[in-house]
Amino acid sequence: MPKLTVDGIEVEVPPGSTVLQACEAAGKEIPRFCYHQRLSIAGNCRMCLVEVKPGPPKPQASCALPAADNQEVFTDSPMTVKARKGVMEMLLINHPLDCPICDQGGECDLQDQALHYGADTSRYAEVKRAVQDKYMGPLIKTIMTRCIHCTRCVRFVDEVAGVPTIGALGRSGDMEITSLEQAVASELSGNVIDLCPVGALTSKPYAFNARPWELTKTESVDVHDAMGSAIRVDSRSGEVLRVLPRLNEDVNEEWLGDKSRFAMDGLKRQRLDRPYVRKEGKLQAASWPEALQTVAAKLKATDAAKIGAIVGDMADCESVFALKGVLDGLGVTSMDCRQDGAAIDPSCRAGYILNTGLAGVEDADALLLIGTNPRVEAPVWNARIRKSWLENGLKVGVIGENADLTYPATYLGAGPQTLNEVANGSHDFAKVLEGAERPLIVVGQGALSRVDGAAVLAAARVIAEKYAGGRDGFGMLHTAAARVGALDLGFVPGEDGRDTAGILDGAASGEMEVVFLLGADEIDPAKLTNAFVVYQGHHGDRGAHAADVILPAAAYTEKDATYVNTEGRAQRAYRAIFPPGEAREDWAIVRALSGALGAPLPFDTLEALRTAMGEAVPYLDAVGALAEAEWGDFGTAGDMADTPFASPVRNYYHTNAIARASETMARCIEELLPPATEATGTDG
Amino acid sequence: MSHFRIADDADQPKTFAFTPDYQARVDREIAKYPEGKQQSAVMALLDLSQRQHGWVTRAAVAHIADMLGMAEIRVWEVVSFYTMYRTTPGGRINVHVCTTTPCWLRGSDAVTAACKSKLGIGFGESTEDGQFALHEVECLGACVNAPILQVDDDYYEDVDGPATEAILDALLRGETPTPGPQVERQTSAPVGGATTLQSVGGDD
Repeated sequence: MPKLTVDGIEVEVPPGSTVLQACEAAGKEIPRFCYHQRLSIAGNCRMCLVEVKPGPPKPQASCALPAADNQEVFTDSPMTVKARKGVMEMLLINHPLDCPICDQGGECDLQDQALHYGADTSRYAEVKRAVQDKYMGPLIKTIMTRCIHCTRCVRFVDEVAGVPTIGALGRSGDMEITSLEQAVASELSGNVIDLCPVGALTSKPYAFNARPWELTKTESVDVHDAMGSAIRVDSRSGEVLRVLPRLNEDVNEEWLGDKSRFAMDGLKRQRLDRPYVRKEGKLQAASWPEALQTVAAKLKATDAAKIGAIVGDMADCESVFALKGVLDGLGVTSMDCRQDGAAIDPSCRAGYILNTGLAGVEDADALLLIGTNPRVEAPVWNARIRKSWLENGLKVGVIGENADLTYPATYLGAGPQTLNEVANGSHDFAKVLEGAERPLIVVGQGALSRVDGAAVLAAARVIAEKYAGGRDGFGMLHTAAARVGALDLGFVPGEDGRDTAGILDGAASGEMEVVFLLGADEIDPAKLTNAFVVYQGHHGDRGAHAADVILPAAAYTEKDATYVNTEGRAQRAYRAIFPPGEAREDWAIVRALSGALGAPLPFDTLEALRTAMGEAVPYLDAVGALAEAEWGDFGTAGDMADTPFASPVRNYYHTNAIARASETMARCIEELLPPATEATGTDG
Repeated sequence: MSHFRIADDADQPKTFAFTPDYQARVDREIAKYPEGKQQSAVMALLDLSQRQHGWVTRAAVAHIADMLGMAEIRVWEVVSFYTMYRTTPGGRINVHVCTTTPCWLRGSDAVTAACKSKLGIGFGESTEDGQFALHEVECLGACVNAPILQVDDDYYEDVDGPATEAILDALLRGETPTPGPQVERQTSAPVGGATTLQSVGGDD
């Protein structure tokens, strides 16, 4: 533990710390551009210069200087101040003075630091350099004259994203950052926009939209995948203008996937903004009372056994809880939250959450991925797996698709046969699992959304018990933000109830007469033509097209709601803007429907609902915390077909109704995906 | 120094492979480095690809990156850093003039002018028949013999305007003038003969 003084303040820092970190520990702010705590140290911007004794009689780059015993660091001595001024003057030599038209203005490191550490005038009267702008894809806008060559973007794509496509070409005054006119083919590419300390890399969809000080900032959580990444929703005049990641070390560190960041323009398109009722074969605008009465009348007139309900991927816990209350009141048992038909066993919570937490993969030394491609299912977590591989040499084995995960993974096989081999120990990777101290087995939805899903789950449990000590080495990676919460709330078939496939097949054959879809869009609408379909949701997507009554609802940025992520962590989303037109918050719609049915639910406010929900499922009240789940028996041992596992995400940019309505996502598909994997009507 | 530029797609050959002779040299270069450190051979391989093809092509970079398990952009970073790698189809004979301070103080302006007038081209250009290309380069590391004129692998040292013209004339005739100092001087020993240690090897 080196002990040193910073401006006379004595600090003790962990071995291996840098002088910059010691200064931060002493509460001293050190200006920097190239240094970033999650990237390797470059030491090329020289902004963090400080005076250090003992040492050569010149300022030193604190980000690259190891902290040592008895060092004396001066962060505001005349030498330091003069050095910073000089560095800033050099940086500004070739930086254009275009702040008034720069999107970074107001949140620019260079602007802020020039104000605090720079001089008030420039002595430079020569020609400034100009650099041609580069193409980096549909999301990143470049104005390369502004670049100060910190190389954060280069290091990010190389180290964190694992897609080394950006580099620094040329030398000295001719150095340029470029991706050689290729789109940055990473699901995390948007993060370089946040990392860029100047306005060289900015958001293309957000270009010239707003100034940061005009925006209302709402801290919320993301629902585009099941990670529950912490986000900040920036809105102005009832419009979401951008979504940025927030720091949450346990979940997303400070990164965010491109879909979560850029699909928000889909919130403005294809919205359901008023109730509709199908009359004479056509959906016609209706009033709320009319729509609710129509639904209530139909529900009352139908035998409970012929009513089914399916919950979609972005439904919040409150609405699921309320809807289950209504269905229970009617005696309906056919309900499901597993649109994809994943054979998840709802009876054992440890069997459907990521028990180690998302951060747990950093402690693991062997990882077996079964039927999942985390790169497209949870890109930020994939970066964490990569980090674990980089730092601890995590050994990854994959059963399923042989995809490029951005880190070396041993491809074991495509399907159940390999799973069996690992389970009975005849496969080579079984020895890796055996030799590992903290192995982790992760099952994806691709392994479960199949006829023999329950048997696959049982086989995965066997592997976890055999090699990984059961619960602490088992996890499930979900793709739907609503899934864990709905499973916790028991939105699964009750006694004699039908599951998703049963409801859909029943609807097709006429056995099911009413189907209630709570934002369920990833189903085959062709099977619903015979049934009376109620769609409650926010987008005019597949589900709404099949509907007889549409109840317009709020999207995740428009309501206070609880979501449970794939590790079982309950988190709250908050309303940034109001839902459009006559759309209402989901729980309130269900509450109103219960009133129309003549059996009002016992809560009138969100608080009352949450109290009731917390009584039913206590960990939904413990927002932000991870609850330990009991290990138990789940899955059903049985024969497995030898068809390969396939990731449920065929097209990362089109997995839900919001993304499908987003122009930005459409551009991503056009420019980033090879034509062969382009979206078709059944993708998602 | 000329700005880094990659040749247009129209000029880029579709594929690249080392000929058996060059492949043998490539293998020798790679074998010089310990297991897992093969990327260290990147500069040698780029040079070999340039010797084989005349300049470094996109296909060659892709081939070398693949061979050494590197990202293509990392190879391009190396290529773009060194002026010795040519990334556009130039002449068959490449003439390099050093214009860094020591050469410039010793008269590289005259060398530059002689090259430009003799070949009729400027820096970064090549003659119409594709025979010569003229490059401006940074320090060639032979300042003691400044100014330097580098023709392919040979250094012509202590040149001036007339000497440059004579060298280029010989090259135009298809001859290879003798490399080294173009004045009365042995390598970098004093001009006009030794001034010290004159009796070494003598009687006493």
